[in-house]
Amino acid sequence: MNAHTLTEAASVADETGTDSLVQIRGLYKQFNISGDFLDQLKFKGGKIVREQSFVHAINGVNLDIQQGEALCVVGESGCGKSTVARTVMGLITPTAGSISYRGKRIDDLDDKQLLPYRKKMQMIFQNPYASLNPRMTIAQTLEEPVRLHNPGWNAQQVRDKVHEVMFSVGIDPSWGERFAHEFSGGQRQRISIARALAVDPEFIVADEPISALDVSIQAQVLNLLMDAQEKRNLTYLFITHDLSVVEHFGTRVAVMYLGSLCELAPTKALFDRPRHPYTQALLSAIPRLEDDRPPHIKLQGEVPTPVNLPSGCVFHGRCPYANERCKREIPRLIATDDGGQVACHAVEEGRIN
Amino acid sequence: MTDSNQTTPESFTPEADKAPTLWERFRDSHIWHSFKRDRIAQLSLTVFMGYVIMALFAPMIAPFDPYDPTQIDIMNSELPPSWDEDYGDPQFWLGTDAQGRDLWSTILYGTRISLTIGVCAVLLQATIGIIIGLIAGYRGGRVDSILMRCADVQLSFSTMMVAIVVLAVFQASFGTELYQDLAMLMLVLVIGIAEWPQYARTIRASVLAEKKKEYVDAARVMGLGQIRIMFRHILPNTLSPILVISTVQVANAIISEASLSFLGLGMPVSQPSLGSLISSGFEYIFSGTWWITVIPGVVLVCLVLVMNLMGDWLRDVLNPKLYKG
Amino acid sequence: MALLEVRNLEVSFGLRSGAVKALRNINFTLDRGERLGLVGESGAGKSVLGFSILNLIAKPGRITGGEILFEGQNLARMSARELRTIRGNRISMIFQDPMMTLNPVLTIGQQMVECLLAHRKISRENAKTIAIQKLKQVQIPSPETRIDQYPHELSGGMRQRVVIAIGLLMDPDIIIADEPTTALDVTIQAEIMELMVELCERNNVALILITHDLGVVSQVTQKAIVMYAGRVIEQGPTREIINDAQHPYTQGLMNALPQMAIPGQRLNQIRGSMPTLQKIPTGCAFNPRCDYVMDVCKHQLPGYTRSGNCQVACHMVAEMKRDEVSSEEV
Repeated sequence: MNAHTLTEAASVADETGTDSLVQIRGLYKQFNISGDFLDQLKFKGGKIVREQSFVHAINGVNLDIQQGEALCVVGESGCGKSTVARTVMGLITPTAGSISYRGKRIDDLDDKQLLPYRKKMQMIFQNPYASLNPRMTIAQTLEEPVRLHNPGWNAQQVRDKVHEVMFSVGIDPSWGERFAHEFSGGQRQRISIARALAVDPEFIVADEPISALDVSIQAQVLNLLMDAQEKRNLTYLFITHDLSVVEHFGTRVAVMYLGSLCELAPTKALFDRPRHPYTQALLSAIPRLEDDRPPHIKLQGEVPTPVNLPSGCVFHGRCPYANERCKREIPRLIATDDGGQVACHAVEEGRIN
Repeated sequence: MTDSNQTTPESFTPEADKAPTLWERFRDSHIWHSFKRDRIAQLSLTVFMGYVIMALFAPMIAPFDPYDPTQIDIMNSELPPSWDEDYGDPQFWLGTDAQGRDLWSTILYGTRISLTIGVCAVLLQATIGIIIGLIAGYRGGRVDSILMRCADVQLSFSTMMVAIVVLAVFQASFGTELYQDLAMLMLVLVIGIAEWPQYARTIRASVLAEKKKEYVDAARVMGLGQIRIMFRHILPNTLSPILVISTVQVANAIISEASLSFLGLGMPVSQPSLGSLISSGFEYIFSGTWWITVIPGVVLVCLVLVMNLMGDWLRDVLNPKLYKG
Repeated sequence: MALLEVRNLEVSFGLRSGAVKALRNINFTLDRGERLGLVGESGAGKSVLGFSILNLIAKPGRITGGEILFEGQNLARMSARELRTIRGNRISMIFQDPMMTLNPVLTIGQQMVECLLAHRKISRENAKTIAIQKLKQVQIPSPETRIDQYPHELSGGMRQRVVIAIGLLMDPDIIIADEPTTALDVTIQAEIMELMVELCERNNVALILITHDLGVVSQVTQKAIVMYAGRVIEQGPTREIINDAQHPYTQGLMNALPQMAIPGQRLNQIRGSMPTLQKIPTGCAFNPRCDYVMDVCKHQLPGYTRSGNCQVACHMVAEMKRDEVSSEEV
């Protein structure tokens, strides 16, 4: 890791806001995929050497999540967007970097110290079929967090809270005695949302919450999330691969590619005038209903593996504007005139606008 | 929430208005439906229940008390079963053993002992195995490696070898008398401890599968402690494989006990299990007194067979790949 | 004569609780080279329809009525042996998961060559040449080396391309693609869809595209069929359906898309969810979720009404058409 780029990137992010709710600074995450100690030993040139290989899931991400916004992180599979979400929630320990909540660093806390933050930060998961414990009834699922975070409450208070939250997500409180498998995907996702809302959080990480749902149900769940945001003054970190959802839902959008942030901009600015070549390609590929849209921008080649990261800009192998500098030097985020930030040498040099 | 159809709960309910009771759930379950179709499962369960009743009510069913020396007459020894026209005695349905005990009564009490040892040993195995398997699977990393290597080492000793060594040493150092008093406890301990890796491995495998599911992440995000996540969230979802191996393990434990008793390291002749009955009759088998060995042998084989059949059936029913798709 | 004609197709599933109808009264035709989209949400029966065209539905499902005429031959009544000469040869299928088609222990070349040899009497060398040519067609770079690779050595997008190449291997008349790009990223999805359209046009192959994504249907197909709870509720030219949907469900489905709403405002949701097959409401299956529900919708199954070039199963549309006709007469 290069300390120089780290401080540079951090200083850029510092300019954007000091009163942010969640701050992600210089986040790196590597997964060791070399197996057991014995698997790591290789015989090379007459010597036994220990070799380890890593998946570079996140490579120096700086993000500020402002109070009250819905920050959407988009990208294709393997770009590290889910890893960012899980790291923020403390499900994964970062390799380097820090995560702060209201200015307090939280990534190095243990389970006990984290407990007060768990009440403030909640998460909604992608797969409604796996995110509810199949052996617990809905009421048990929802009462558990309420009890844990309000140890002084009696049974009646807990039940009232659960009924209130079930009602607010549009599920009948009388279904509490049922098990998750008796519900459809959309209803299960409502229950998941209810579980997250049950502790009255102020920040919610939603990891692809509607990807597994049908179109008509997606709309219901998105509406529910927006209602909840308005009513409870929530802040969202919304992870998705679906750009049309982002356009509708997000306040700001962060586009990720291969573990790095390419572009961060207010939603309208990003959709009106995408700056990064990757964002442009991504936007042109959304299947639209209109038939008179321009043909999509074809990228050369394929996404490289995150095990051997390309040098310089991670996108240079597929970028139509790449030059020698892109192959050498990692681009840093620069501010654009429409309020966003973009990490691209070509934009910086004015080669593309 | 301004939209009226948003705040009112959905009109479409999954089932009838009331949640089904536990009994209704069972009646509608996959297990019950496949049980209704499977003759072998029905037969096995019936036979097994027969054994359980025999074991539970042995003192009431048995015409004699084989533990009571006053009810034993050495003159009645080695009487053939009652259907033998020449020597059979209607008093002794299945004949008598070498000490003159009624074989039917002795088998009833023996089944009781065999089943008790089997079930207790498996409870012990399960407790050790589940705890170790859960910890290894959930914690992963170094803890997992160490615990699983222990399991591998334990597995590389055959159960019988361990049992024979331990029991023989115990018998030699504390004398036969004390051994006879503690035989049952010792058997439970030895069989229970020797076989825990079976459970630990199975549990660990399913914990690893369950751990990846999002409900576990949800529980962590909620802030629940590790112990609660392990026992309240993950353990109930690994019950299916536990159930399957438990049936097979009880059968295995009964067989182990029988083998040890046959080798003279199990239950004493005064309190015979099925295995020690078979063993005690074995000396007489060539003198034509076949029933002392053969009848308890058939009883034992039947018991183990139905348990294995039930295990097979359960494995088929509970295999998530077969019915959850 | 149409290449494929489906008449009154009916498929039932024998479940524990009794038989349920997964498909009811399906009618459509497909011409040579035509691209047809089957749209619907999960549980609508679109995949079941795709599978039943090839008579491939697994137990407990069964075709219980109707005809599937492929060049005049009824596939629904064909023996397994006759079907084999059609499956994979005249009509091929592409699945969502490429690994359903690809065998992980064989190289791509081995699979393609075996497949060719099974259907045609040609030499191994020839078969390999054809395989390489097909891989070239789906724009796989350096197919000569790729052909000796195993499926796991390829990326998801490449695998799906290989599957498409295998689908094209026998120069089929129809390709049935069941959610071929759902598991892929948008940029790759766009490339693969473009490729499929191009290949279909060049080889004059008809395409049945099964998908839940109206955007994809709009970009790829000429004709569309919208399904709900096992029934076709609207069918006609794609553009006409996209621009001027008649059925309230189709309208709702399109209006629910985030791109149809004003950013930041509520989406136009359809309330409730798709009924399960055991509990299909009487009358029009959509009636509990419909905003325009009338009394007749709750009792009577709507027939098909012509509207433009579309056919719509909706009482309200039928009534509007009737009014139009009577007002013209006056």
